[in-house]
Amino acid sequence: MRWSWRKVEETFFRCLMMAAVVLVMLILLWILLTILVRGVPALDWEMVSRTPRGGFYLGKSGGILNAILGSLFLTLGATLAAFVAGLPVALYLTCFRGDSSRTAAFIRTVLDVLWGIPSIVYGAFGFVLMIWLGLRASLLGGMLAVALLILPIMIRGMDEVIRLVPRELYDSAYALGATKMETAFRVVIRQAAPGILSTVLIALGRGMGDAASVLFTAGYTDALPSSLLEPVATLPLAIFFQLGTPFPEVQERAYASALLLTILILVISGVARWLIRRYARQVVR
Amino acid sequence: MTGEHVIHARDLNVYYGQLHVLKDITVAIPRSKITAIIGPSGCGKSTLLRSFNRLLETMDNVRLAGSVRLGPQDVYAPGVDVTLIRKKMGLLAQRPFPLPMSIYENVAFGPRLHGIRNRRALDRLVEDNLQLTGLWSEVRDRLHTPAVELSIGQQQRLCLARGLAVEPEVILADEPTSALDPQSSRRIEECFRHLKDRYSIVMVTHILRQARRLADYILFLYMGELVEHGPAEQMFNAPRRELTREYVQGVIS
Amino acid sequence: MLRWRQWQERIGRHLLQGITLGCVLLAGLMILGLLLKSWPLLQEQNLWSMLVSRDWRPHRGEFGYFPFLAGTLWVTGGAMLLAVPLALLTATYLSEYASHRVCTLFKPLIDLLAGIPSVVYGVWGVLTIVPLVKNEVAPWFGRFTSGYCILSASLVLAVMTLPVIIHVSLEVMQAVPRELRESALSLGATRWQTVKKVVLRKALPGLLAANVLGFARAFGETMAVIMVAGNVARVPGSIFDPAYPLPALIANNYGEMMSVPRYDAALMLAALLLLGVVLGFSVLSRLVLQRLQRRWR
Repeated sequence: MRWSWRKVEETFFRCLMMAAVVLVMLILLWILLTILVRGVPALDWEMVSRTPRGGFYLGKSGGILNAILGSLFLTLGATLAAFVAGLPVALYLTCFRGDSSRTAAFIRTVLDVLWGIPSIVYGAFGFVLMIWLGLRASLLGGMLAVALLILPIMIRGMDEVIRLVPRELYDSAYALGATKMETAFRVVIRQAAPGILSTVLIALGRGMGDAASVLFTAGYTDALPSSLLEPVATLPLAIFFQLGTPFPEVQERAYASALLLTILILVISGVARWLIRRYARQVVR
Repeated sequence: MTGEHVIHARDLNVYYGQLHVLKDITVAIPRSKITAIIGPSGCGKSTLLRSFNRLLETMDNVRLAGSVRLGPQDVYAPGVDVTLIRKKMGLLAQRPFPLPMSIYENVAFGPRLHGIRNRRALDRLVEDNLQLTGLWSEVRDRLHTPAVELSIGQQQRLCLARGLAVEPEVILADEPTSALDPQSSRRIEECFRHLKDRYSIVMVTHILRQARRLADYILFLYMGELVEHGPAEQMFNAPRRELTREYVQGVIS
Repeated sequence: MLRWRQWQERIGRHLLQGITLGCVLLAGLMILGLLLKSWPLLQEQNLWSMLVSRDWRPHRGEFGYFPFLAGTLWVTGGAMLLAVPLALLTATYLSEYASHRVCTLFKPLIDLLAGIPSVVYGVWGVLTIVPLVKNEVAPWFGRFTSGYCILSASLVLAVMTLPVIIHVSLEVMQAVPRELRESALSLGATRWQTVKKVVLRKALPGLLAANVLGFARAFGETMAVIMVAGNVARVPGSIFDPAYPLPALIANNYGEMMSVPRYDAALMLAALLLLGVVLGFSVLSRLVLQRLQRRWR
């Protein structure tokens, strides 16, 4: 009696779990298919090589070059800024503070909390900062908001890979008379380089896909980005605005943008993953 | 520099948090000899070695009292540039840890830190020190390949060459052969034998036979205390303390 | 030469310390900035009465947040109800039942799902979920809806939070030592009994953290929700009613906020509320986690 109940329970949950896995995979497939089916017909050379034409914001021809270039400029700028600000912090946490340091643990907690803050809040905060700095919605403002958004991701990611650098490597460098700065910047960075690079890519992907943080701060325009102080379009914003219009021709541009954005981000995260795998192999000597 | 002893430790005490790992160590390490620190695992051998070149203070929660002198220089004196102290004592770890760069850059790393920029001088240094460890003939045509591609035995000799390139007085070796195969171990031991004229070598080992083969002078540590120290012959053949006799005869380990 | 290196070390250390401090202060600055911007409104009106008021008429200076708070809770709650069981079942299967090969095949797919930007989820929601709810689900229940409603938003959000919860749960479960499973199995437990009594118990604090993370993600999600939730500032009565979650409120009205008095302060207060809830939640979950972990060991 007892035996058979155990068997029934086992089988029941096993089936339930398998169904869950299949369902999750089907959903993934469904999403990708939807984006592909709508995006592929819309995405052609004209789409990626021209700016929207034929009218202010609701022009029915042209492409999404404004959003592509805007996304690239904005994300690259923000990633660079976050990297420059984040690397010293990540190095400081591990190279200058010991592994059991309370201060470091506290800082890590703060960063984890920052990581969890919704991007719309970063957008609102970026907006407040912009007003204080006397800026209006612009490429620079968008960069600022996205840089703040990805800073915690950047720092914690780099921090995790830097923590994997073996203790003995530090000892080797110290024993040769290297200072902590020299050890950090000449040895630790090199050892962790692939991991750092993949973190940067992950942050880049996150920044590129986020719309809520640039909604107030980047503005939106049909024109190509020309200056740091001019408004700029990005792919996620293009998707959001153009899908909301009642014109099928404009919606086409949203589908094309969605497909392009998805492809870009999948490629970026794929490269990041590949780097991490390689890196793992290198560490286990 | 002259003098019979190269390192003097006096009343050295080390604590890891509450744990008292080295107790009142007072000892002098002879110059131009191979000194072996022996004792069962966990007795503080590595800690003693690391207290010489101030590597201990890079760890958390470590407290150290007492003094260490390198020749006339007080290692722990306030205001001493710790990098210069460490430069005078090369370290060889249990496992080789080549820096993440090429073979050439590994050896040139230390000299570059200390201000040697001249390409030709660096080339010389790299060649000389690789010669000293017998690695030159094996790697001369692939100096600019990553150091991690060498075999583990070669890596360890590279680490030795890297340490020698900053012209230390002392080589601190922490069980330098424990990760190596017998053949590679032998090459390291050979290196030590012909390096000891120019350098004082302090090595930690848990292999008694290795200590017998190599060492001129022995320190026996047990539970954080220096039980006995003396010339190798005396320590192995006529130890004064019962504990030492039991350890060298393998009764305890 | 020597001096220079010592100086370099000292200056470098302080520089790094300074930058680190700056990044930590960022959290404080964020609260401060939003608080300052919403201060005028907080001075005029009582926070509590705004939170419970149902009237949102910015032009008359009435800012009642209750519909938005209710909308957020409905949508997030619905999403968690859908996502948590599915995510836990999937993670358990991948960790405990699937072969190593299947697991290494599925893990990148899960991460891929996590990497898709939220606007793309929104597009998917508009194209598939909204018509599905409008034409199939609602008529089934005998209800009429435009499709832009709580159910659609919850479905899209659930799909978005799935990969987050699965990813973390999987990591937590795989960290349970093998020996624990082996000792249970060798006592004659079935696979499922081992999972239920040993693995899930051991992993409980971590699983809790995974779900809190998923909740935070769903709670603050803006773009996907704004595109499918309907955005009507009324307290919803059923899952087929439209909702207007807090993040959507902020995102939708930034354009006109400078032209209506106190409107900007009201939106910044909404952002502050969002921030406060997320902060409170992550601090609370950390405390609970610490207690749990202490008791578990």
